[in-house]
Amino acid sequence: MSDMAADTSTVTELPRTRTDWAPLALVPALALVALPFVGEPSTWVTLTVAGLAMGMMIFLMASGLTLVFGLMDIINFGHGVFISLGAYATLLVLGPLASWAQADSVGLNLALLLLCILAAMAVTGVVGAVFERVIVRPVYGSHLKQILVTMGGLIVAEQAIHAIWGASPIPIPLPGTLRGAFVLGDIVMERYRVFAVVVGLAVFIAMQLLLNRTRIGLLIRAGVENPEMVEALGYRIRRLFVSVFVAGSALAGLGGVMWAFYRQTLTAGMGMEVMVLVFIVIIVGGLGSVGGCFVGSILVALVANYVGFVAPKLALISNILVMALVLIWRPQGLFPVARR
Amino acid sequence: MTATSAPTSLPFDETRARSGILQSLLSSDLPRSRVLSLLLVAILLVLAATPFLFSGSQPLSTAAKICVFIVLVASYDLLLGYAGIVSFAHTMFFGIGGYGVAIALERLGATWASVFLGLVGALALSAALAAVIGLLSLRVRAIFFSMITLAVASAVAVLASQMSNVTGGEDGLSFQLPYALRPAFRLLSEPVLGTALNGRVIAYYLVFFVSLGVFLLLLRIVNSPFGRVLQAIRENEFRAEALGYRVVAYRTAASVISALAATVAGALLALWLRYNGPDTTLSFSIMIDILLMVVIGGMGTMYGAVIGAALFVLAQSYLQVLMEAGSTALAGIPLLPNLIHPDRWLLWLGALFIVSVYAFPGGIVGRLRQARR
Repeated sequence: MSDMAADTSTVTELPRTRTDWAPLALVPALALVALPFVGEPSTWVTLTVAGLAMGMMIFLMASGLTLVFGLMDIINFGHGVFISLGAYATLLVLGPLASWAQADSVGLNLALLLLCILAAMAVTGVVGAVFERVIVRPVYGSHLKQILVTMGGLIVAEQAIHAIWGASPIPIPLPGTLRGAFVLGDIVMERYRVFAVVVGLAVFIAMQLLLNRTRIGLLIRAGVENPEMVEALGYRIRRLFVSVFVAGSALAGLGGVMWAFYRQTLTAGMGMEVMVLVFIVIIVGGLGSVGGCFVGSILVALVANYVGFVAPKLALISNILVMALVLIWRPQGLFPVARR
Repeated sequence: MTATSAPTSLPFDETRARSGILQSLLSSDLPRSRVLSLLLVAILLVLAATPFLFSGSQPLSTAAKICVFIVLVASYDLLLGYAGIVSFAHTMFFGIGGYGVAIALERLGATWASVFLGLVGALALSAALAAVIGLLSLRVRAIFFSMITLAVASAVAVLASQMSNVTGGEDGLSFQLPYALRPAFRLLSEPVLGTALNGRVIAYYLVFFVSLGVFLLLLRIVNSPFGRVLQAIRENEFRAEALGYRVVAYRTAASVISALAATVAGALLALWLRYNGPDTTLSFSIMIDILLMVVIGGMGTMYGAVIGAALFVLAQSYLQVLMEAGSTALAGIPLLPNLIHPDRWLLWLGALFIVSVYAFPGGIVGRLRQARR
């Protein structure tokens, strides 16, 4: 950034930021390397699609967390509770509209899923606003206290879910038309996973457009780079941050719905279980980077799927291995964000 | 953390001038509050005399659990309260200790040599793991450490439950103890003060004295020059680095020491229970219990670990009975009985935890010390 200022010939035009290709090339390279190990091309396609779907779901859950961290240097260990809460919020829709799930119509089934997602995002967004106000705001600036307090918030919220919806797991069946799989020759792709890929891609593209093409996105990106400067220019970074926190919580809720229908059971601890993957992903991607989070999610999920097929014994620690290797290569993650 | 923790004893204050055996045992870090001293002495005396004070196995088990958790929580306090970093892998080291002893005793037979071998193996594994995690994550940002420990700990927990031929999987491992620790063993043929000195009592005193020793050792470490550097890093990382202390090395060392102490605690618990499994040492809920105990007892005080562990274990055993009564009394009112259902006690502890982090970061110990001034 300092070398830009030195260059006086391009005063009117900012130099293009160089795209960092190495981490981006990692995903296709990995998929190609895995091909000979897996053997059958059809199995490979199935595994790849399944891995992509998994990656998209992790991305949905992780994107809010990494953005909140990038913008305000806040780490929210209670993020997992929004995932659980979003999942449980589907019950608000599934209860009254149970007939829609049974209906043998793609339109009704998808509408039901959409309503579930909207309900979940509304609930988690509101709870996120309260969480930010009550739990997080008093501890801005101290990571140690943030970790402790958001853990406390996680405990309380998880117990509250138990108190409201009961402690035993609740089964939620997938709407009829989304069950089963598409079969193309030897290739088998579960319908729900294809749906998850579509939703994940849509959210990623929407986020990229919002961040790169709109004024608010510009402010958010500027806030990640240098919050004091944005504030000095007269923008209320606090308000911006609260809205990003709410949006991040709502995204976690969306991820929670997708994750819940994937697992087809609800437990209060489901958010915390998946948080392990979420943390790995945002560390791999680079704390604060949305693009890194996307690449990291796909990378981690693909590795888990390939390893699970080739050497099931190794699958348990494959995530940790990916993280360790990435950190040895790039200690700040794949896409390091400029840090204060 | 700045200005929130109670100041620990200064190098040359008046308490250090008066030397004595108590001073050197407690590393000149006295409780500095009359109520706190009384509480600590009471806990020490009750724990020391439990086999003679109460009959039955329930109180003895509770006391042994308190001893083990005092070590576990104190070692966590070294990391959280003194070094200022949050680890979520403490139960992993606790579990390694338990599994080390359990696997050795199960495979190599019930001798003292296998206890020793299992413990040494577990200590070596814990130290190596803690060092690798520390060096990999702490060199970038301390915050990585929390996330990476969480990830590694959960992977190890899954690994332990999957490798059932070594660890016994979800069922865990039951094993025989060396003869001197079995209930059938009698140290003296006659009962002393109405209590038979059998292997159970000896096992209890083994747990008690090792716990006491490790606790005093940890107290010594945090009051050594090494401990002072840790506190300096906690208060201001940049300044400590600028003074020439290698922050990463010190934090990693703190992480290794705390992992070793947690390993010993895990071994003690396994010896006491004659069993080790995922639920007794490895589960994430124990990690949350440890966090609650440290913060409610008082971070960065060591004595907070004693108070926190004693209070928590007692509450775990006896508070739930009280909540049960309250819950049945309120039956019929919507939601309220659910909120004070005995299974929901973590809800209230969690709320207490949040309030403690905000309102009294020194926990109970910090509160008591402030009251004196």
